[in-house]
Amino acid sequence: MMPTAGANSTTISYREACRQAIRDALLSDPRSFVMGEDIGRYGGCYAVTKGLIDEFGEERIRDTPLSESAFVGAGIGAALSGMRPIVEIMTVNFSLLALDQIVNNAATIPHMSGGQFAVPLVIRMATGGGRRVAAQHSHSLEGWYAHIPGLRVLAPAVVEDARYMLAAALADPNPVLIFEHVMLYNIEAALDPNVTSVDIERAKLRREGIDVTLVAYGNGLQKAFAAADLLAADGIAAEIIDLRVLRPLDTATILASVAKTRRVVIVDEAWRSGSLAAEIGMRIAEEGFFDLDAPPRRVCGREVPIPYAPHLEDAALPQPADIAAAARALVQPAKGRA
Amino acid sequence: MSAEIGLDHAHLHHLLRQMIRIRHFEAKCVELYQAQKILGFLHLYDGEEAVSVGVMEALGPEDAVVATYREHGQAIARGVGMDRLMAEMLGKAEGCCLGRGGSMHVFDRATRFYGGNAIVGGGLPLAVGVALGDKMQGRNAVTACFFGDGAVDEGEFHESMNLAALWRLPVLFVCENNLYAMGMALARAEAETDIARKAAGYRMPGVAVDGMDVIAVESAARHAVEEIRSGGGPQFLECRTYRFRAHSMYDAQSYRTKGEVDAWRKKGPIVRFQGWLRENGLINDNDICRFEAEADAEIKAAVLFAEAGTLEPVEELERFVTMERVPT
Repeated sequence: MMPTAGANSTTISYREACRQAIRDALLSDPRSFVMGEDIGRYGGCYAVTKGLIDEFGEERIRDTPLSESAFVGAGIGAALSGMRPIVEIMTVNFSLLALDQIVNNAATIPHMSGGQFAVPLVIRMATGGGRRVAAQHSHSLEGWYAHIPGLRVLAPAVVEDARYMLAAALADPNPVLIFEHVMLYNIEAALDPNVTSVDIERAKLRREGIDVTLVAYGNGLQKAFAAADLLAADGIAAEIIDLRVLRPLDTATILASVAKTRRVVIVDEAWRSGSLAAEIGMRIAEEGFFDLDAPPRRVCGREVPIPYAPHLEDAALPQPADIAAAARALVQPAKGRA
Repeated sequence: MSAEIGLDHAHLHHLLRQMIRIRHFEAKCVELYQAQKILGFLHLYDGEEAVSVGVMEALGPEDAVVATYREHGQAIARGVGMDRLMAEMLGKAEGCCLGRGGSMHVFDRATRFYGGNAIVGGGLPLAVGVALGDKMQGRNAVTACFFGDGAVDEGEFHESMNLAALWRLPVLFVCENNLYAMGMALARAEAETDIARKAAGYRMPGVAVDGMDVIAVESAARHAVEEIRSGGGPQFLECRTYRFRAHSMYDAQSYRTKGEVDAWRKKGPIVRFQGWLRENGLINDNDICRFEAEADAEIKAAVLFAEAGTLEPVEELERFVTMERVPT
C-alpha cells in the first residue's frame, strides 16, 4: 500500500495527490466508485488510479469499454439512484464524445426536474498541451464547460488542491468537473499537515505583488510563477491569482487584486476567441474599469490546432516570456513598445 | 394472449381504462394547445398507448423508468398524477417540475420517473446508470428504458446496450418502434430493420411484440422483468406500434400516406382491445361509457387544478440550477 500524507508532511507528486484523494473517497464513502477507461488493470492512462483495483476490486474500480457517452451517462444515472460516482475520462478531447450526457443531462436535470433530482457526480479528466501529442490530445476545452450553468468546474494547479479538491467535489450535490493539466502530474510539493481540506468556491492569491496582477489556472499558474520571476529581475512585483474554480468564477478575488495593482494580464492556454480569458477580461471591464491604469491584457493559446513538433507546440502555447512581456508592456508602456 | 397475466375482469378493465385515460388526456392537451395554453412542442402518444400501459403493469414501485419526449402516456401509466402533469404542461408552479420541464421533460421522484428526455438516445446511458446504482446498492429493482426506433440509429443506443449486457444490469430496454423517426422511415434509416435482432449483437435476449396488443405487451414485459429480476441481466423488448398523429402537433405528413395511417388506425390499441373484450363478453357498453366518463372527470379536475395554478415567481428562475443538497 502506498503511504498517505500524514503529519510528517512528506513530499508527494500531483499524481499521487490525486490518487490519495480517490483512495480517501473510496474508504470514507461506500457509495463512491470509480469508472473509466483503463483505470483498473492498466492503472490509469496517467497512472492516477494505479493499484486501486487491487485494494478495492473490480466492482468499485470499474474498467469501461471505450464508450464515453455510455459510461458518463451511467455515472449520471448512478448518481441519480444514490451513488457517488467518480468518472474518469482520459482527456478533455475524448469528453466531447460524452458532451451530450454532460451538457444535456447532468447540467439540466436538477433544474429541468424542478429540483426533484440532483446529480452528485464527479468527472475527472486530463487537459492541456505540452506533451508533444498533437491536436487530438492537447486542447484546453475546460472553458466550454465553464460556460454551462449547472456545472462546477475546477482546475487544481497545485498539489494541495489535487489532494483535497475531490473530497469537496464529492460533497457537492451538483456535477463537478475536475481538470487535471497533463503537465502537472509530475510536480511535487510538501503538503501542509495542518491543511486537510480546501474550498471549491474561491480563487486564491498565490503570490503578492503591487505592480501587475497575473490571473492564471492549471499549468498557466506554473508559467505565471516563472513569468513573475522574470519580472522580479526587472524590479516588477507581480501578484498571482490562481483561479482554481472556473465556474462559478470568483470575480471578487480578481477585482480585489486588480484594484490593488491596477493592471492585469490573464493567462489562458485555450484559444483567445470566446475564451474564459475573454469572460474574465469583460468582468474586469464591467466591474473594475475605473480601477485600471491600463487595458487588461491576455496571453492565450495561438489559434491553431496544437501541433506535434516541439518548437511549434511551444510557440502555440503561452510561455513565461510571453506573459512577462505582456506585463512589462503594461507596467512600462514606453519600454514595452520599444 | 398469455396465461401468465391475471385475465380477470378487473385487470382487463384496468388496462382499458389506462389506455382511455391517456387517450383522453392527450385529446384535452390538443384543445389546450389550440387555445395556446400549452406551448412549444407537443408529441402525442395517440396509437402507442398499449406499450406503456402493458410495460408498466410489469413494474413495481421499487422500479425505475426512463422515458422519451413522447412521454405523457408513459407518465400516466406509471402513476404520475394528471393534475401535476397538466399543471406542468401549462407551465405552472404546481406542475411536477414547477414549470421548468414542460411536455418533454416530465420528472416524478415519487414514482422513480427519471424524466422525459428530448435528446433521442440520451436516456439510454442514464437508464444503464440508474440500474447500475440500484444493483450496487443491493436493490432488486428494474429500470425500464423507453426509446423509439430513431434512438436505434444513435451511437448511445449501441454503447448502452453493450454496457448493460456486459455488466448484466437490470435494464428492460423498451423500443417503441412506430416506424418513423420524426419523418425518417425506419427502412430509410436502418440497414437492419428488424430491431429486436440487434439485441443478439450484445448477447441480450430480445423479442418483438405487437405493440398494438396491450396483453401481448404486458405478457412479454412480465416475462422480461421476471428474467431480469432473477439476475439474468438486461432484456430487450421491441414493441411494434404506430403514431396516428403528426410527429409534434402539426406536420405535413409528407413522409407517409393517409391510407397507411387509416389502415393502422383500424388496428389501434383501444379499438382493438375494446372489440376483443366485447366479443368475449368481458365488457359492455355501460362499462366503456363509465370508464370514459371517469377519465373525463379526472381530466377535467386536472385542467381545473392546472388553470387555477400559480406562476412560479420570476425571482425563482435560477433556483435548482445548482442544488443545495441531494433530495432524499
